[in-house]
Amino acid sequence: MEFNNYFILGCSAIGAGLAVIAGIGPGIGQGIAAGHAAAAVGRNPGAKSDITSTMLLGQAVAETTGLYGLLVAMLLMFVKPLIIK
Amino acid sequence: MGQGILLSGADDIDFMIHGVFSYELFGQTLWITTSHVCIAIVLLVLFVFIFLANRAIKKGTEVPGGFQNVVEFIVESLDGIVKSTMGKSAPAFRNYIGTIFIFILVSNISGLFGLRPPTADYGTTLALGLMTFTLIHFNKFKHQKVKGVIKGLCDPWPIWAPINIIGDVAVPISLSLRLFANVLSGVVMMALIYGLLGKLALIWPAALHVYFDLFSGCIQTYVFCMLTMTYISDACNTD
Repeated sequence: MEFNNYFILGCSAIGAGLAVIAGIGPGIGQGIAAGHAAAAVGRNPGAKSDITSTMLLGQAVAETTGLYGLLVAMLLMFVKPLIIK
Repeated sequence: MGQGILLSGADDIDFMIHGVFSYELFGQTLWITTSHVCIAIVLLVLFVFIFLANRAIKKGTEVPGGFQNVVEFIVESLDGIVKSTMGKSAPAFRNYIGTIFIFILVSNISGLFGLRPPTADYGTTLALGLMTFTLIHFNKFKHQKVKGVIKGLCDPWPIWAPINIIGDVAVPISLSLRLFANVLSGVVMMALIYGLLGKLALIWPAALHVYFDLFSGCIQTYVFCMLTMTYISDACNTD
């Protein structure tokens, strides 16, 4: 069986779709962080600004793994490293 | 192999970096790209602002009004952020943190004005990450001396040193990739919406611009500066 570039491109698209499944993890993590932050504000409304900035920082760090998945998908879709030259 | 096979029927989707003109240096062909042009525009805007701010402060009055008020507010809020995060090492770094904060913020927001944000180019963010990396290690050697650095590398046991070195090297990479991928995702989303929907994308993409350019841009600027400050004050900490 011969593998031509169209076959590789289709497989790259499937791979890109699989790579962005990485977005599930940060979604759950950010939701947990936001939920705990809401609980913390309920317990201590005076510290709202501190809690918000800590939550945003933690969420942005947790987002990194999802962004790596996004980058892999981008590379597969637009840089096309697997195509036979 | 056709170039436009990926998104067939949408040839006007365009979010890549383009070369403007090329030149030869030491036998290599280098390109001036749209990123350079966008950085130049951003810096031009910042220089005009700096010039006006400098003039307003020089002619400043006791009770600030108008433009002087704005400049003082910016400087005071940046100083406040640095002071609340870095503690006693704040005075040495507030100029640097303020500079990169304003540069990254204006770069991220420049997508609103039709530029391709310079931070959506990995070259820009990697340079910022490497500056942070240099500052971290310079201050580590300055404050903890060579003995402290070696002690920090062999933290639980000496056999962990390779893992600690990998952890040190990963800092600028993850810092720069976080900023780059966040801005790039916004750029790609907006390009897809404008390219695929065509005339349907009339007024409502403004809401998406507010999210991708303003909200995401501000959050990522804050996060980048916050992490830089945390790492540097960690390095300045002598135990």
